Amino acid sequence: MYTDGRVKDLISGRFIPVRVHVRDNRDEWQRLSDQFGVQWTPTILVVNQDAKEVHRIEGFLPVDDLMSQVELGLAQAAFTRADYSNAESSFRDVARKYPKTDAAPEALYWAGVAKYRSSDDPAALKETAGVVSREYPESTWAKKASVWQ
Amino acid sequence: MATTTQNITWRHDYDNALKDAQRQGKPILLDFSAAPM
Repeated sequence: MYTDGRVKDLISGRFIPVRVHVRDNRDEWQRLSDQFGVQWTPTILVVNQDAKEVHRIEGFLPVDDLMSQVELGLAQAAFTRADYSNAESSFRDVARKYPKTDAAPEALYWAGVAKYRSSDDPAALKETAGVVSREYPESTWAKKASVWQ
Repeated sequence: MATTTQNITWRHDYDNALKDAQRQGKPILLDFSAAPM
């Protein structure tokens, strides 16, 4: 899952990468899988500087899907530290760079939430509902955003 | 396109990695794996 150069660059450049192996790091596996409620491999967590999980990826993903999910985690990390401007920009980057992945409608949804949080303007949510329903009408995120229309 | 790709240097010391994450202002990517090391 980590053989692609883009994946390597993203993870090495933007994260502190930590691997817990089910057999080779048995004690850490037991401790951290209990702490985070991990039941299966592969599971990837994005954990912020306060040791809080902000994004979870379970199961194997092809490269573009993995990249989009990892970048979604970066955006969520910005969101959880209330850096809404950076979070919105990062969410929109995910949607722009990976438009055919499942992460794209989710990213658009959260970009709208981040914009609302930074502006306190409900129009940001209404606009987001329109965009998600138009671009990804079959997605779960279009259903979730529909309440804002 | 030129690339500077290097293999990922995985750490296995979560508690110390968390301190480094705080110092460097980066999140942790925590990989629970059963793949061959």
